[in-house]
Amino acid sequence: MTAETLAPATRDAAAELLLTLADDEFVIGFWDSEWTGIAPMLEEDVAMSSISQDEIGHARAWYELLANLTDDDADRLAFGRAADEYRHAAFLNHARTDWAFTVARRYLYEQADAVRLEALVRSSYVPIAELAAKMRREETYHLMHFDVWLRRLAEAGEDARARLLSAVERLWPDAQSIFQPLVGEEALLAAGILPAPLAELRGTWQERVRAGLAAVGLPALAEVAPSDDGRTRRTDDFAWLHGQFTMVARSEVGATW
Amino acid sequence: MADPEIPAISVVELGVIGQVAFEPRADGGERLSVELLPTFVGCPAIDVMRQQIGERLSALEIVDEVVVPLRFTPPWTSDRITPEGREKLRASGFAPPLLIGSAFDGAELQLHIAQATCPYCGSRNTTLDNPFGPTLCRAIHHCEACHQPFEQFKAV
Repeated sequence: MTAETLAPATRDAAAELLLTLADDEFVIGFWDSEWTGIAPMLEEDVAMSSISQDEIGHARAWYELLANLTDDDADRLAFGRAADEYRHAAFLNHARTDWAFTVARRYLYEQADAVRLEALVRSSYVPIAELAAKMRREETYHLMHFDVWLRRLAEAGEDARARLLSAVERLWPDAQSIFQPLVGEEALLAAGILPAPLAELRGTWQERVRAGLAAVGLPALAEVAPSDDGRTRRTDDFAWLHGQFTMVARSEVGATW
Repeated sequence: MADPEIPAISVVELGVIGQVAFEPRADGGERLSVELLPTFVGCPAIDVMRQQIGERLSALEIVDEVVVPLRFTPPWTSDRITPEGREKLRASGFAPPLLIGSAFDGAELQLHIAQATCPYCGSRNTTLDNPFGPTLCRAIHHCEACHQPFEQFKAV
């Protein structure tokens, strides 16, 4: 299946899916690039910078697929939209906060991204399946990295463990929105572009997160459902970040780099 | 043509060149298409590589046009680095990645990336310091035998 053969309603739904994939990677990449120079140790400065660079690169690739599909421009999609036009999941609205918060968010995110990419490698839309297969190999390193950090903080002193647990509990409700059903999802499922319903993927992700937290001695999380505005709600924190990452593009409209 | 970030190895030895084809153009001219398979999706050297490959081949003046499309199929994996490329990496102080076959996630990958042979003394008694190094494709190890830190081209 290629861009030319999609029915208009299916194409619109595929565009919505690509936008969520791109915006998730773009926004988390920007938040965590803020750790460059101030991470808890030098090795982590390097690691976080590298991981953020991966995510921005993945965002670029998803934006380019989307631009091909809708005859748009990847740079405009990344930098030329108003803050309320972004479709990242609600738990990516929060500021970077402290290291435990970042580790908690990355752990929830990487587990979700792994579940999502494992499904998308089976997409009937070839460009999505190809890109997902390639990204999975890179994301494996990210998940391993935050798995190690989750254990380190959970098994460290009381302060680290308490901060980690409080961050996980605070993020958990908003994190559900990464698998919030999409407008037009039925069309994506029917066409095989999305190989499994997002609600089903959310179940797989919850199981893995619960097992991961239990393995490091953290308590079980409450049952929660995604809220309807999980991918449209925006915050002052995000408005600030949006101002930062669009600054260069706004200062010289039409510039290329 | 050398890799922009690791000049010791060529793009062919690195395995990033996919299909190469001569294609007829509608105007009767001829186009050379050289597929580039990026090592990492977010590799910042991609644009430089595309540009340099295009310039080098255009300078040969054998076709009317050279195009260098990006392809993710087959996905580049570190197993694509040729035996000559591996030897050149080693000679320039980079440990080559272990061959990973189809194992690229979970516990198996963890075992693979934790292993490297020191390019300076040949010892296998090494530890992984950081799977994330100075560029996306490099990890940092330490040799317990000769006490030398060294980089490894990441297994991916």
